[in-house]
Amino acid sequence: MSWVLASPIIIPFATAVLAFLFRAGPEGRWISVLGSAALLAASAILMVEVLDQGVIAAQMGEWAAPFGITLVADLLSAVMVVITGITGLAVSVYALADIEDRKEKLGYHALFQVLLAGVCGAFLTGDIFNLYVWFEVMLIASFGLLILGGQKIQLDGGIKYVTLNLVSTILFLSGVGLLYGMTGTLNMADLHGAVREVENQGLLTVIAVMFMIAFGVKAAVFPLFFWLPASYHTPAISVSAIFAGLLTKVGVYALIRTFTLIFTTDVPYTHTILLWVAGFTMVTGVLGAAAMNDMRRILSFHIVSQIGYMILGLALYTPLAIVGAVFYLVHHIIVKANLFLVAGVAQRIAGSTDLDRIGGLYRYAPFLGLLFLIPAFSLAGFPPLSGFWAKYVLVKASLDAESYIIAAAALVVGLLTIYSMTKIWGYAFWKPHPAGVEPRLSRLSPRDRAALLTPIASLAVLTCIIGFFPEPFVQFAERSAAQLLDPTDYIVAVLGEAAVPAAPTGLAQLEATE
Amino acid sequence: MELLIAIMVGVLVAASVYLMLARNVLRFLFGLILISNAANLIIFASGRLTPESPPLIPAGADAPVELVANALPQALVLTAIVIGFGLFAFALTLVYRTYQNLGTLNSDEMRLAEPEETGK
Repeated sequence: MSWVLASPIIIPFATAVLAFLFRAGPEGRWISVLGSAALLAASAILMVEVLDQGVIAAQMGEWAAPFGITLVADLLSAVMVVITGITGLAVSVYALADIEDRKEKLGYHALFQVLLAGVCGAFLTGDIFNLYVWFEVMLIASFGLLILGGQKIQLDGGIKYVTLNLVSTILFLSGVGLLYGMTGTLNMADLHGAVREVENQGLLTVIAVMFMIAFGVKAAVFPLFFWLPASYHTPAISVSAIFAGLLTKVGVYALIRTFTLIFTTDVPYTHTILLWVAGFTMVTGVLGAAAMNDMRRILSFHIVSQIGYMILGLALYTPLAIVGAVFYLVHHIIVKANLFLVAGVAQRIAGSTDLDRIGGLYRYAPFLGLLFLIPAFSLAGFPPLSGFWAKYVLVKASLDAESYIIAAAALVVGLLTIYSMTKIWGYAFWKPHPAGVEPRLSRLSPRDRAALLTPIASLAVLTCIIGFFPEPFVQFAERSAAQLLDPTDYIVAVLGEAAVPAAPTGLAQLEATE
Repeated sequence: MELLIAIMVGVLVAASVYLMLARNVLRFLFGLILISNAANLIIFASGRLTPESPPLIPAGADAPVELVANALPQALVLTAIVIGFGLFAFALTLVYRTYQNLGTLNSDEMRLAEPEETGK
């Protein structure tokens, strides 16, 4: 049982060590691909277990909860790990053609695998301090990937990314310290009960807002997102894609986890803040994108805007809204990573991602045009692609909750997303290339073409599957939302039956003796 | 004792915010180091301060016989110090490399990744 939970963390770490040892030769990149495939397999096994048995938990080193570190997987954790496996595999195949030898020798593949391990660890841990540690693992790997190669523009973006993320980390750490001081526990399932027994509920809300800001920086919400558009367009395309797909979503996951499991003592206050944040995030993100003129920078701003939708689902805090948030999270990771991968191919064959300097892609590479249209339309929410269902559920949830303004904002932002996508289409695909280059896919070597286009096509097919057959995915999201809103299963899995009326632990005992 | 530590945390945070508001990236980094130490002190103080009672169990006993200091926050602080040390070593190298490459430490002049609009 414990192996099922631990393997999505152990496999990438082991792969990282091997890939680092073989970084000088071509073996390293294949080790990375194999490791990612193994991660996907492990995550699939985990998913089957969770679907079969409900929430599963394991105590590391046999130290009983709430004292030891617990790994927990409920449906949300499991699906996030599966998506990590899928994007990890897609990007590691893409990297075969995208990452040059120089960066491989610097240890690209090892850092990439450490990043995957950190992301999986953050999804699976059931201990809030351990969550901090996984954030750090993820962060240090992402620092390395971001500035790998050391171009001036990367260093410039890196400074902003590193400094602002460190600030958020320190806030998170202080929040953990204060929360421990008030409750005497770090186990998230135990915290669910412990926060309800805290006398000073006002101070607890202050801590909740500290966590909100700390995770908000990671998730890139308004007004804390400035590091994202400053840095995401600077590294290699593979790095941009995995960052765009996974990193901010870890922040969203942490927000969903803590604000459904722990900080639900003052929902009207905290979730109203989240609602405003969600609205402003959607609108500022999409307006920022409209002002940009580079494919990757447009897409970076769209990450911000889409994060708003997920936060919206959490903020409304109704069963249907949480369903929407979970569905959106899954759909968005696939679509966003894919759009960055498409931008990378456009850069390879047309020479740039700056919209003024490229063109003619539709005429000379119509297949790439098709591969762009699927995720782009899905992002904007065209039926019957996956984004339509995600947006539909969220807008329905906000209308049900009588939040008409936010529903209107969500719809208008969808419209503006179409504007940005049309802009990319018009400039990069329709208009002739300004330098008269013919950007054909045949300019790539057959090997590169296979490595670049297979992941894009696979992710596009996945988007179509979610779009054409949304029923099982929505049902899954419904089950997952039910687990999030009623964490009894989660607590029983971690602490056992006896724990449901939470017993005083740690500090509470200490204070009772004083 | 708690009061003293609380004041110290306050002073550290105030000084670090002052440093972090500077345009010079190196100053920002120093501010970050100060505030991370403030965070460590917060964790340490949240675990309650019990002076002169080390968390030791006498030979032969299964549990501490009298009230002892909470060892968990100390473990957390140790972890945070180690992680923080690694991150700041990285950040300092990054700042140095940036200074070598861009020739400036002023964050207002770092506009390569986000060039100013030309008014097109």
